[in-house]
Amino acid sequence: MFTKTLPVAAAIGLFLAGTAQAAGRDYISIVGSSTVYPFATVVAEQFGKTTEYKTPKIESTGSGGGFKLFCAGVGVEHPDITNASRAIKASEIEQCAANGVTEIVEVKIGYDGIAIANSKAAPQFQLTRRDLFLALAAKVPNPDGTQTLVENPYKMWSDVDANLPKIAIEVLGPPPTSGTRDAFAELAMEGGCKTFDWIKEMKHADKKAYKGVCHTVREDGAYIEAGENDNLIVQKLEANPNALGVFGYSFLEQNADKVQGSLVDGIAPEFETIANGEYPVSRPLFFYVKAAHVAGIPGMKEYLAEFTSDKAWGDEGYLADKGLIPMPKAEREQYAADVAALKPLAK
Amino acid sequence: MNNQTASTPPSTMEKVSAGMGRRYARERRFRVYGMLAVTLGMVFLATLLFSIVSKGYSAFQQTYMELEIHFDPEVLGIQDPNNAAQISGADYPGLVKASLRAEFPEVSNRRDKRTLYGIVSSGAAFELRQMVMQNPALLGTTQRLWVLADDDVDMLVKGHIDRNVEESGRRMSDLQIGWIDHFLDAGRMELRFNTVFLTAGDSREPELAGIRSAITGSLLTLLVTLSLSFPIGVAAAVYLEEFAPTNRWTDLIEVNINNLAAVPSIVFGLLGLAVFINFFGMPRSAPLVGGMVLTLMTLPTIIIAARAALKSVPPSIREAALGIGASKMQMVFHHVLPLAMPGMLTGTIIGMAQALGETAPLLMLGMVAFIVDIPGGVTDPATVLPVQIYLWADSPERAFVERTSAAIMVLLGFLVVMNALAVLLRKRFERSW
Repeated sequence: MFTKTLPVAAAIGLFLAGTAQAAGRDYISIVGSSTVYPFATVVAEQFGKTTEYKTPKIESTGSGGGFKLFCAGVGVEHPDITNASRAIKASEIEQCAANGVTEIVEVKIGYDGIAIANSKAAPQFQLTRRDLFLALAAKVPNPDGTQTLVENPYKMWSDVDANLPKIAIEVLGPPPTSGTRDAFAELAMEGGCKTFDWIKEMKHADKKAYKGVCHTVREDGAYIEAGENDNLIVQKLEANPNALGVFGYSFLEQNADKVQGSLVDGIAPEFETIANGEYPVSRPLFFYVKAAHVAGIPGMKEYLAEFTSDKAWGDEGYLADKGLIPMPKAEREQYAADVAALKPLAK
Repeated sequence: MNNQTASTPPSTMEKVSAGMGRRYARERRFRVYGMLAVTLGMVFLATLLFSIVSKGYSAFQQTYMELEIHFDPEVLGIQDPNNAAQISGADYPGLVKASLRAEFPEVSNRRDKRTLYGIVSSGAAFELRQMVMQNPALLGTTQRLWVLADDDVDMLVKGHIDRNVEESGRRMSDLQIGWIDHFLDAGRMELRFNTVFLTAGDSREPELAGIRSAITGSLLTLLVTLSLSFPIGVAAAVYLEEFAPTNRWTDLIEVNINNLAAVPSIVFGLLGLAVFINFFGMPRSAPLVGGMVLTLMTLPTIIIAARAALKSVPPSIREAALGIGASKMQMVFHHVLPLAMPGMLTGTIIGMAQALGETAPLLMLGMVAFIVDIPGGVTDPATVLPVQIYLWADSPERAFVERTSAAIMVLLGFLVVMNALAVLLRKRFERSW
C-alpha cells in the first residue's frame, strides 16, 4: 500500500526542494585548500557564534579543486570564496574570466612553515636545503664534480654530507596531489638546487628542464608518500626513529613531545623564525573572494572583516593560537584595507 | 582384479585402512586451517575494536572546572539590563578572565595572563552569554559555575599529555600544570559525562566539537535514500519477478543490475556530480543529492534481495490465489508481497547500513565540509558521520584523536543495531516452506 504513496511523496519532496534552492542562499559557501581549512574553519565558527549570520560552509577540496569550483561562474550555486595554499595561476584567472568571474580579490592571510621533523628519540638533524635536494631529487649533479646529472646515488645521509648521521635516507611526505608537496619542492628542493651555479644557469636557458631537475622527487623508495594525513606521518615517525617526515608547522607544534623539527640552513622551525622569514621553508596562504557575490550573500562583508581583524589574524589572534604565522603589521593593514575596498587582482 | 590369487595383493579393506591414517590427518589439518582462518579474523577484529575503544572511550568524558563568576555589569559593559542588544554583545570572555585573575592574583605579567586565560575553553563565554540572555536577573550576582576546560587541560587530566616529559617538549608548561593542580586539589576540576559530544555540531575547538550535525546529516541522507530506493527497488523487483516476460531484454537488465552492484561507489559520486549538480543544478553538500546518489548505489542490493525474497515464496501460493479468482495484481499484492516482505526489508536494511558507512561518493558532492549548524532539512548543507570521522582524523589537535575513535564507536553502534534489526526481522517473520 505505502509502496504506492511513497514515490508520489518523494516526487513532491524533490520538486519542493528544487524550488527552494532556486530562491537563494543565506550562508557563505567556501571551498579550497585543506591546508587553509583548519584556519578558515576557526574564523567561520567565530563568525557564526558572534553574529546573527549562519556559519559559513567550508569544503576541503584542495587548492586546485577549489579554483575549479570557484571559477565555474557567478551565482548562488557557485562558491563565494576559495582558500589556497598557493597564489592563483594565470591559467586559473583566464578560466575564471571565461566564466564571467572577473573581479577577484586576493587576500593573503599569513604563512605556514613546512617542518622536516624526526622522532625525539633520535638526535636532531641539521640540514641545508642543498642536503635536502641531494637526498631527495630523482637526478642529482654527478658526485665527481662534472656538470652532468646522474640517477641519485645517495643511500645514507652521511653520503650526502659527512656531518650527517650514518643512517639510510628515509623521508615520509605528502603525495604530489598535495599543496604541501608543491611548496616543499619549490622552497626546499629548488632552494638547494639553485646552489649549483650551472643548474641555476639552466633556469634562463630551459626553464622546463630546470624545474624538472629541481622539483622531481626520487622514486626509488627513499621518499615515501605517506598520504595527505599529517597525523599519520607523526605516528610513523614515532615508531621509526630513523625516518624524517615532511608536514605543516601546526602538526609540529601540536606534537612537540613526540617529534622535533630539523634545523634547515641553521634555523629551527619556530613561530618567530617563520614569522620574520628566517626559516627558509615557509609559504604564504591565501583566500580569494568573488567580488560580485559580496552584495548578494548575507554576511560576506562581515566575514571578511572578521578574518582581517587583529583578533583573528593578529600577532596574538586566535589563528596564531591554531598555528598560523601572522604577517607583519604593515602588510596586514594593507590587505585589510584592500579587502574592505574590494580591490580586485591586477590583470 | 583378475589376478587376485597372485602373491598377496592387498585387499580393498587393507588399502582403505592403510590410507585411513592419512585421510584422518588430512581432515584434521583442514579443520585446523579453518580454525586458524577464523581465529586470525577474530584477532584482527579484536585488535581493531580494542584500538578504537581504548583510544575513544575517554572522549565520552570531558574535563569541567568550577569558576566563581561575578556577573559584573561593569566588566560586561552593560549599562541597561533591559537592552537585549547590549546583553547579547557584551564582553563575556571578560567575566571568565576576571574570575581567573581573582583566583590567581599573583599572575601579573601579560604573557602569563594570556596562558592563564587559555586554560578555560572559549566555549565558556558563550555559555555565560546564553545564561544571561535567558535570565538577565543574574547580572550583579556571583555564581559558582562549572564550565568547560580547554582541550589541552583535558588531555593533561586524562593523561594523554605526559607530565614527566621535560617542559620544552610538552604542550603544557609547569606554570599551567601548577594552576591545574590548584583546581584538581580543591576538587574544582573533574571529568564529567561529555554531553557536548552528542549535542553539538562540529567545531575547531575539540572540547566544543560534537557529532550531532553529522548524525542529523546522516539521518536526513538515509531518509532520502530509503524513501527513494525502497519503493523503486521493490517495484522493480516485483515487475521483473512477477510480470516481466523472459526475453533478451530482461536478461540484459538482470545482468546489468548484478554488474551495478559491483561498481565502485566513487563512480556513482561522479555520476551524481555530473547529473544532479552540474546538469540539474541541485545544491552542493545537500543530503538530498547525497541521498539520491546513495539510492543509485543501494538499488541493486535491494532489487537483488527483493527478487530472492519473491522467488522463495512457493508457487503453490500464487496458484491458489489465482485458482480462487484473484487477478494477477491481487495475487501479488495480497499474497506474495506480504510473504516476501521480511526478506525485502532485510535486504533494504543491509543496503541502508552500507549507505550509512559510505564516504567516497559524497566526497564528489561537496559533503566533506565544515558544518557547525545542525541541518534542518534535506537542502541544508550537511555532512555525514563517516566524513566527520575523516575530517577529524586529519585535524592537528591532539584531542581530536579520541574524538575520532569515539565517533567511529558511534558509527559502529549504528551499524550493529541496523544489522541486528535485519537479523531479528529475518528470524521473527521469515517463513520457510
